[in-house]
Formats: sequence, structure tokens, C-alpha cells
Amino acid sequence: MSILTLFIIIPVLTIIGILLSKSHMQVKWVAVVGMSLQLLSAIGLILLYLAERRAGNMAEVLFVQDNVWYETLNIHFYLGVDGVSVAMIGLTALVVFAGIFASWDIVDLPREFFTSLILLAAGVFGFFISLDLFTMFLFYELAVIPMYLLIGIWGSGPRHYSAMKLTLMLMGGSAFILLGIIGIYFNSAPGGGQLTFDLIKISKQNIPLDAQLFLFPFLFVGFGVLGAMFPFHTWSPDGHASAPTAVSMLHAGVLMKLGGYGCYRVAVFLLPEAAHQLGWIFLILATIGVIYGALGAVWQKDLKYINAYSSVSHCALVLFAILMFNQTAMNGAIMQMISHGIMTALFFALIGMIYGRTHTRFINEMGGLMKVMPFLGVAYVIAGLASLGLPGFSGFVAEMTIFVGAFQNADTFHRVATIIAASSIVVTAVYVLRVVGILLLGKIKNEHFETITDARWYDKMSVVALIFGITLIGMAPLWLSDMITGGLGPIMHKLLAAAPGLN
Amino acid sequence: MLIMRHELLLIVITVILLIVEIFLPNTQKHKIILPAILMMAAVTVLGFFPGTPGVLFGGMYQSTQLTMLLKNILNIGVLIIFIQSVDWLKQDQNKEKISEFYLLLLSTLIGMNYMISSGDFLMFYIGLELATIPVAALAAYERMKEKSAEAGVKLIFTSALSSGILLYGLSMIYGTTGTMYFTDVAPLITGAPLQVLAFLFFFAGMAFKISLVPFHLWTADVYEGAPVNVASYLSVISKGAAVFIFTIILYTVFYKIAVMWSELLYGITILTITVGNLFAMRQQNLKRFLAFSSIAQAGFILLGIIGQSQLGMTTVIYFALVYIFSNLGAFGVVGIISNRTGKENINDYDGLYRTNPNLSLVMMLSLFSLAGIPPLAGFFGKFFLFTAAAKQGYYILVLIALVNTIISLYYYLLVIKAMLLNNSDQPIARFKSDGYTRIGLLMCVAGMVIIGFASSIYEVVYNLSFGLY
Repeated sequence: MSILTLFIIIPVLTIIGILLSKSHMQVKWVAVVGMSLQLLSAIGLILLYLAERRAGNMAEVLFVQDNVWYETLNIHFYLGVDGVSVAMIGLTALVVFAGIFASWDIVDLPREFFTSLILLAAGVFGFFISLDLFTMFLFYELAVIPMYLLIGIWGSGPRHYSAMKLTLMLMGGSAFILLGIIGIYFNSAPGGGQLTFDLIKISKQNIPLDAQLFLFPFLFVGFGVLGAMFPFHTWSPDGHASAPTAVSMLHAGVLMKLGGYGCYRVAVFLLPEAAHQLGWIFLILATIGVIYGALGAVWQKDLKYINAYSSVSHCALVLFAILMFNQTAMNGAIMQMISHGIMTALFFALIGMIYGRTHTRFINEMGGLMKVMPFLGVAYVIAGLASLGLPGFSGFVAEMTIFVGAFQNADTFHRVATIIAASSIVVTAVYVLRVVGILLLGKIKNEHFETITDARWYDKMSVVALIFGITLIGMAPLWLSDMITGGLGPIMHKLLAAAPGLN
Repeated sequence: MLIMRHELLLIVITVILLIVEIFLPNTQKHKIILPAILMMAAVTVLGFFPGTPGVLFGGMYQSTQLTMLLKNILNIGVLIIFIQSVDWLKQDQNKEKISEFYLLLLSTLIGMNYMISSGDFLMFYIGLELATIPVAALAAYERMKEKSAEAGVKLIFTSALSSGILLYGLSMIYGTTGTMYFTDVAPLITGAPLQVLAFLFFFAGMAFKISLVPFHLWTADVYEGAPVNVASYLSVISKGAAVFIFTIILYTVFYKIAVMWSELLYGITILTITVGNLFAMRQQNLKRFLAFSSIAQAGFILLGIIGQSQLGMTTVIYFALVYIFSNLGAFGVVGIISNRTGKENINDYDGLYRTNPNLSLVMMLSLFSLAGIPPLAGFFGKFFLFTAAAKQGYYILVLIALVNTIISLYYYLLVIKAMLLNNSDQPIARFKSDGYTRIGLLMCVAGMVIIGFASSIYEVVYNLSFGLY
């Protein structure tokens, strides 16, 4: 049994523990213990992975566990990780850990809340460690469905509408993915032999070009919906705005990364020729998304909407980087996913804490909060600076890598797209600094705010864990970058084979 | 004689129940409940023992490993219905006719068994009639209720009409081939115009039974009027048996005109899924809601039939099995709530989770399974159906079906929304369901959870199935 099985077993045990718990307090502590163990195993996994690589283990995927599940259909329960998935697992464990602390205040049906939250986390973990398309898809849907309950029951505002919209749009995306996966399955053995869902085996085959061209749009759009690709991003702002704090964190921090990861791991990896031929369409959409999201954020007055649009912009940047098809940009894409995942989780955690104290999310009703809650204020500034790409934080490393990589494509089309996308950095600075200015500085607008208390211990746990992640990557990005680069080998190899002349 | 084991066992317990019924005074009828359930359970278990395949009556009756499996599946479903219906049967207005419920239900099951085992159109027709007519009596079981009586009449009329059409088709087949035996008819099917017409009539007759669009109009009214347990029987067992034999006949008798019927099925599939879904969206009454949802589900089953391969038949049987557990779970909850409170509308369920969390959870799981959400069995069932259709290259059909799963998810979520998300001033009061209901629902949940993970079930079905090539 490989260490990866832990990432399924721990959430399942935690859920059982939660269901058996008697009191509210016990539910929370079981969740904390479970997710702390999960975080520890994630850290352990990263260390083990680095040790294996240092010891010279150059296998494409490590910690493999392969059990036959459905024999005649050749469905396997096949787990394994490379550098990219290890990084994503680390991100997920960190965000979920912080999310548990950020939802300490849940009073209504806590047992059901934490069960759904951890079920969602289990789906995400399962998705990242699966190497079989069938189980990957299974975990993908498992991660989406709890969102309906989480937003619908514990959300705010037009929660019923947002929950329904989000679920239907994401499941619509997953319907496209399902078609793509089945299509890949029936083309997985072009030279004859047994059909397979095995991602690694399929990647060794060359799927016929016409099949690729037919399937690629379905897979890319399907995963793109979850990655908030323009114009399929509309579920995201509404969903964020209505979701409770921890759900927004997981949703923007982790769930949206499933989309980017899927585009990278399934669509581009398995269908490289089609990606080359059709990539330009999605590159245009991604570029629009980057700018549109950033401009959208400028216009919003609700803190959650600001960050939701900012997430749209940042996630579009991930797709943008993936579609540049070169190693540097790909590396940047993965870095951006990690960086944005932690950063946006921090943002949403802080917004939740601020809302819990001020009972408003409209920035023009707030002001001078730095005076009454210095801890949260400083944390907000840090998140903002990371978001606009200040050196020293993770955002800078990621965006810098992406734009350097993107600029390596010398033709006019890619250059123009890069320039347009890069200009979003300026817009980001506008909305981040504007919010920081209005929200934290200046006079206290409402006397009710005078009595606000600063962060409590569980708030601090959540915030500190996330800030630690941001600065760790910002200050020492090389280990992460190396780890990701190691995982990019096979996909770059395939892309080069598909279209020589790239770098 | 062991070849006819399933039927004989059922006949034996039917006769025993009939004799016991004679000696029970009217006030003591409820004493028959436990023996009936235990005997049905025994029959179900005995059915799983390895049997001898063989042919009887010169080929009119044939028993294979496949038919035994199908009968076992139906037995399980009937057993669950027996258990689920206890609470309803114990009500005052039904107390005196408890045994009639069991007798009628068992005789239809016997009919279905003969239908599945038929090797000849005559046997098939007899089995079909035996499976249909008692159900009409069951639908009118609560005869003092206007709607129940109406349901019975509607069911008997539409059944008679569809049987007539079917019989007309069969007579044409006899006319063109001169035989009724499946094995003899099959090579003589050439696709001559009269045979195509015969097939269309046969198809229309079966479409009534499976309630495919446009032959579905009776479904919602009958389900709404009939008692919940009868409606659930109609929606899973009747439909399941009809689907099984329909698939077998298509694959063994009409394989020569597969091109023609797959085109026909292509259109009917799209129509059935879409119409079923669009109407289900607008329903307020949960029984009508489940009626339209089961029409849509039947459309999904057609995806497997159109697959024409061994994989196709496997997915049909597998999905039917999954569907039995999922749908019976949903009907079981609707039934117990209807018995205790008389409420059957979706908005009556507002805030149900706060008062009856366990029932809401079972309902939620059942609906998620019907919608095809992992890790419940419905997900596996649907995934395999899509795979079967895609194997034939019907990607567009799969895409349309996939879009429809999203529509279906929408209306399933509406019920879940009522139960979990909505709050109500007057929710359904907390009540304690009886032991039988709990066991019945627990069996459904166990089925929904286990079938997907236990791939061996799928492999068993696969090994017994066959395709056109």
C-alpha cells in the first residue's frame, strides 16, 4: 500500500469520526485532528518525493499503487504522483487545514458542514493522486457535489440561486469531460490491444488526429468551466459571494485548480496535436479572461466579488500559461496555481473574518479597520501585495515565470496576447491598492467598528498557516520550481513531438 | 424440473399464501405479513444457488444462466417492495386485503419470470399478460379512492391496447415466417416490409410497457393514482422485466435488422430522455415527479440497448439493478411519508432534514444515485451506459444524454433543496418509522453504496451477457 492511499483513508476516517461525534466541539476537533494529519502526510509526501528524486529515482510517477477494479473495462484504481501533483497536494492540504480553522464559528448543523467540507477535500485529493481517467473523473464529481449543500445551506445572500447555478454549470462541464474521457478510452489503443483509462499508458500512444480534434474542445472547455475560463466563469463570482468562508477558500484555492490541472494533465497532455491546432482559440479566451477578470474586480464594491473576479483573472492566467506550450510558461502555470491557491484562500479567510466583525462586505461602508484590527489588517495587506506580484511573495515568482515563458513564443500573435495579459498586472495593482486604502486606512467610518476585536486564536492559525505558505514560496521558490520542472518532462516531450520547433 | 426452479418456487409460495389466506379470519390478516416476507426472502436466496440451464416444452421455455440472473434481480426488487409495503398494508382501509396484495404481486412476478424465460412468442405473450393484468388490479387496490380506481382503469385500458398492438405484430411475424419460436424466426427475418411493420407493432407494444415516449402518456396518471408501493413496483419491476426481455428479443430475434431498429431507438432515446426530463421539471407531486424521472431513466437504459454489444447488454442489466435500488429508495421514502402524513408534494418536504434527518438522507442518496453522482452506484451505471453507446460511435447521442443528465440533476436537486436548504413554518412532524421500512430503506442504501464498488457484480453480469457480435 502506497503512502498515497493515506490521502483517501484519512478523510474517510475523519468523516466517520465526525459522524460519531457527540458535541459541536468534538466535531471540530475531530476535523482539526484529521486535517492536521492530512497536512502532515502532505509534508511527508513532499519530503519523501524530494528524497526519492535526490536518490536518483527517475520514474515518471512515484509511489504507485495499481489495483484492477473493473477488469473487463480495464478500469484500475491507479494512484501515483509526479512533481506537479505533489505540489498540488501540498496546496490542498494547506488550504483545507486553514479552512477548518476559518469555519470555527459554524453553529448551524456543524456535523453536516464538516462532513461535506471534508468530502469535498477527499474528492480533490483523490483527483490529484489518480492516474486513471475513470477514478479521476469520479473524484472530480465527488468534489463538486458537496458544494451545492455547502453553499445552499450555510451560504448567504442569494445562496439557493448561486448554489444551483454553480452546481449545474460545473456538472455541465463534467458532462463534457465525461464525453472526452470516453472518447479517449475508445482511442486509447490505436494500434490494437486492450483499451485503457490509464493516463500514463495513453500518453505513450498517439491518438488519431481527427479524434483529438473532436475531443480536445470538450475536455478543455469541460475543465475550463471549473478553471473559470471566460465565458464560462459566471458561476464563480456568484458562488464565491454566497459561499461561507471556508467554502470560498476551498473553492477558489483548490477547486478551481482542478480545472487548470485537468486542462494540463488530461487535455493538453493526452491530446497534444489538437492542443497545438486549436490552442489559439482558447488562448484568446484566456487572454480576455485575464483582462476581463481584472477590470471586473475594479468595478466591484463587494469584497467577495472583488476577489472572485480577481480569481477569474488569475485562473485565466493559468490557462494562458498552459497554452503557451513551453517549459517555462508551464512551470509558471503550476506555480501560479499554487501561489494563487494559497493567496486567494488567505483573502477569503480574511474577508470572512472581517465580515464576521463588521457585518458588511461593501468597501465603501468600511474604513480605518487597521486601527481596530491590526493583525487582520496587516495580513490583508500581505495578501494584497502577493496578489499584485510584489517580489518576495509567491505571486511574483509565478507571474514572472509565466510572462518570461510566454514571451519566448516569438510570433506576433503570442507576443500581443502576452502584452495584453501582462497589462493586467497594472489593473491588479489598482484594485488591490484601492481596496487596501479604503478598507484599512483613513478614518473609522462607523462608530460600531470601534468595538471590534482583532483575530482570535483560530483565526490566527488559519492566517499564519497561509502566510507561511506564501512567503515560503516567495522567498525560496527554487525547490518548488525544480520539483514542478521534474514533472513537466513527459508533457514537454509530447508537445515537442507534436510540433517540433518549440522550446 | 429444477430447470423451472424460480417459477415453481414462486408458485409454491403463492399457493401456500392462498391456502393460509382462506383460514385466516378477517381481523387476523396481518399475520400473513411476516411469513410472506420470509418466504419471499427464502425464494430469493434459493434463486442464487447454481441451477441447471435447459429447455422445456420443446423450446417454448428456456432457462439459461442469464435468465436466472435476471429473475434473481427481480426477486430482490420484489422482496424490498414486500418489506417496504408493510407500513402501508397495516393501515385500516387495507387490513382486510393484505394477502391479496401479495397474491397479485406474486402472480405478476411469475408472469414476468415466464416472459423472461420464453423461447417462443406465444409463451412470451402469455407471460406478458400474466404480468400485466394483476397489476391493474393492484393499481386499483385502494378502490375507495377515486384516483386509485381511475389508475386501475387507465392501466387496464392502455395495457389492453398495447397488448393488442403487440399481438397484431406477432401475428404478422407468424404470417411471414410460419413459426413462433425465437430460434426459428430469427434467420427468417429479412427486413421485408411486412416484417418491418410487424417489428414496429411489436416495438410499440413493448414501448407501452417500458413507457417510452410517445407511448408514455399513461405513466404519470397511473403512478399518481396507484398506491406508492404499486407505483414503485410498476416503475422498477415491471419496467425492468420488460426491458430485459425486450433486449433479449432484439438481440436474438431481430439482430438481422439491427441497423433499422438502432436508428429507431436513436430517435426514441432522445425523445424519451428529453421529454421525460422536461416534464419531470414541472411536477409538484412527487409520484408524478418520479414517474417522469423513471421515463427519463428508461431512456438512458436504451443507450445500452443501442450499444448492441456484450457491453451493451451488460450495462442494461447492471443499470437496471442499480436503478431498482435507487428508485425503490426514493419511492420508499415517499411512501412512508405519504402513509404517515398524506403529503406528497415537493414543497411539503420543506425543512424535512430538520425533523426527519435519516429519511432525508436516504432520499438524498437515492436521488443522487438516480442523477448519477459518485460514489453511488448510479454513477457507475450511467457511466457504463454512456460507454456502451459510445462504443458504437454514437457520440452525439451520448452528448445529448449527458446534457439531459444535467437537466435531471436540476430537478433532483429541487427535491434535495426542499429537504435540506429550505426552511418551513410547518415542516412534516418528526415521526418514527417502523422496523420494516427501515430495513427496506437500509437495503436500498446498502445496494446503492456497494454495487458500484463491488466490481465483481459487474463482471458476473458481463460474463452472462451477449451481444450481436
